[in-house]
Amino acid sequence: MFGYYFDLALRSFKRNRILTALMVLAIALGIGASMTTLTVFYILSGDPLPGRSQTLFYPQLDPGDMENFTPGEEPEDQMTRYDAETLLRQSRGDRQAVMKRGSVVVRPERAELGSFSVDARYTSGDFFPMFATPFLYGNAWGKAEDDGRSRIVVIAKSLNDKLFGGENSVGKSLWLSQNEFRIVGVLDNWRPIPKFYDPYGSLYGEIEQVFVPFSTSRDLKMDASGRMHCWGADDMEEDPDGTTGVNAPCAWLQYWVQLDTPEKVAAYRQYLTNYSNQQRAAGRFQRPTNVRLRSLMEWLDYKKVVPSDVRLQVWLAFGFLVVCLLNTSGLLLAKFLRRSSEIGVRRALGASHRAIFAQYLVEAGVIGLAGGVLGLGFALLGLWAVRQRSASYAELAQLDPVMLIVTFVLAVGASVLAGLLPAFRACQVAPAIQLKTD
Amino acid sequence: MLEMRQVSKVYRTEMVETHALRLLDLHVRKGEFVAVTGPSGSGKTTFLNIAGLLETFGGGEFRLDGVDVKGMSDSQRSKLRNEKIGFIFQGFNLIADLDLFDNCDVPLRYRGMGTKERKLRIEAALDQVGLASRMRHYPAELSGGQQQRAAIARALAGSPGLLLADEPTGNLDTQMAQSILELIEQINAQGTTVIMVTHDSELAARAPRNVHIVDGIATDMSEKPGRQDSAAQDQVPP
Repeated sequence: MFGYYFDLALRSFKRNRILTALMVLAIALGIGASMTTLTVFYILSGDPLPGRSQTLFYPQLDPGDMENFTPGEEPEDQMTRYDAETLLRQSRGDRQAVMKRGSVVVRPERAELGSFSVDARYTSGDFFPMFATPFLYGNAWGKAEDDGRSRIVVIAKSLNDKLFGGENSVGKSLWLSQNEFRIVGVLDNWRPIPKFYDPYGSLYGEIEQVFVPFSTSRDLKMDASGRMHCWGADDMEEDPDGTTGVNAPCAWLQYWVQLDTPEKVAAYRQYLTNYSNQQRAAGRFQRPTNVRLRSLMEWLDYKKVVPSDVRLQVWLAFGFLVVCLLNTSGLLLAKFLRRSSEIGVRRALGASHRAIFAQYLVEAGVIGLAGGVLGLGFALLGLWAVRQRSASYAELAQLDPVMLIVTFVLAVGASVLAGLLPAFRACQVAPAIQLKTD
Repeated sequence: MLEMRQVSKVYRTEMVETHALRLLDLHVRKGEFVAVTGPSGSGKTTFLNIAGLLETFGGGEFRLDGVDVKGMSDSQRSKLRNEKIGFIFQGFNLIADLDLFDNCDVPLRYRGMGTKERKLRIEAALDQVGLASRMRHYPAELSGGQQQRAAIARALAGSPGLLLADEPTGNLDTQMAQSILELIEQINAQGTTVIMVTHDSELAARAPRNVHIVDGIATDMSEKPGRQDSAAQDQVPP
């Protein structure tokens, strides 16, 4: 019977072209606005590592002094070098990595390319397996290279394409600033969205071009970029490395840990508490023990990665969709009740309440389908407009297959919802009255 | 075919209570042709609506082709109506944006019939009423008489045992009315039970049996000898 009802719906549209067009347009506008904002929200709030994010955690400690301390406030969202290296050395997670963004000058062998600056990430070897980075050539380095402060590097595919024409550059030399490194791996295309591992970097930008062992970067005193929070200025004067020194009272490093089971998560949380207590006992930590261990998605939520205006736009767009649906519902009600005499005839010929309800609900759904097609066009237009903006995420505003399906599901679902009351009223038409008055 | 015992129907509003049918008794055998007459407001339409399972009733019993319809759900009544009853209305009630073929198709769709069988039945029904060549025409393209023939074809397509006609010639001129009545008589002769509500005394006289409804009570007025086997049961008014 669905095919029959579909055919009846199409005939009905032909009979009331203007009314049908109005309803389709109403739905399309609502869907277009909703899908534009929802697509942006979906891209910004999506899981950057589906299947892995639930095992990745961001530990936080509170190493600060008592100046400006407020009980109950959140701890530092970066680690000191002392704490990061200690946690790394103690290796209580399944995997763990310290990291920091930096900037290096690449000196290509081909002189015609000239020297140029690229973003770098100083990290430990577990970064790559923990975040499941795909490799085109070679692979990541291991603990031995971290401990040995090896002069090795992993580069991004785009840099490999630029310097070596895309060929396998593993084993080749790369001069970064004044230092020569050996390439051990080339990443394949990889762009986690958002770039979760550094809350103070560009969340929606490309990944860094060069990855250097953190220990090596400290050894060579390579430039670090990004936020740094220091306290107790007197302590820094003693450290020859200044704010990036081992004992500097400065929080400037990101630290991620992989914990594969809930039991390990609980154990690691306890470990952080114990560590904090030890540091307090040793006099390094002055504040009360205040640790956090947030999962990747919790971390993104905590850092409010999705801009508040994007969230607001989603709510507004869906509010607009509701208004469009209410209008459509009213138009459907008028349209269906105008056909009361036909409903009476169909009932006389054997249609049950349910059959009439189904027929008109299908008609509402078909209007939704048409509205979805037009709404898709509006959404594509809306996303094009978003891409013209200067926001960091603008270029990512594209409709993927998932959101394409969501568009039609939302359009048809919303129309069916709008059609529930009109279809119910239609099926309640008393046939006896309709047949007599006709 | 149709057996009503002590059937009553009351319409209630906030202010008024209307007894449309009062303890109505009527028994119509298979193959009978019954004309139901009565003044306006007598309960003829209410009787027809109840007989056609379009309305429920208050007290009494009603059996349609041996099936007790009291307490049936809407789905059950709709199914029974679809299988057992064909309707012919004064205003034809063809669906305007369906051609004749698709109009006749409507009751068969609700029966869940297959495409091939539906096609055969529709073609046979339209042929029986002389409209086989017009099956892809729309109602607006037909005369009043042709529309009523089409409506009869729609009623017959499902091979109902009972045909309910509400003023079938009310909107037709004399000549067309005559041809429609002849068609109805022909259908009755083939075995279909016909109950026809009419104001027209000449039309009523064509039916072998007349039932008169006044104030919700049915009275059997006459039965012509030679056309039916025996008289139907009726109620003598108080």
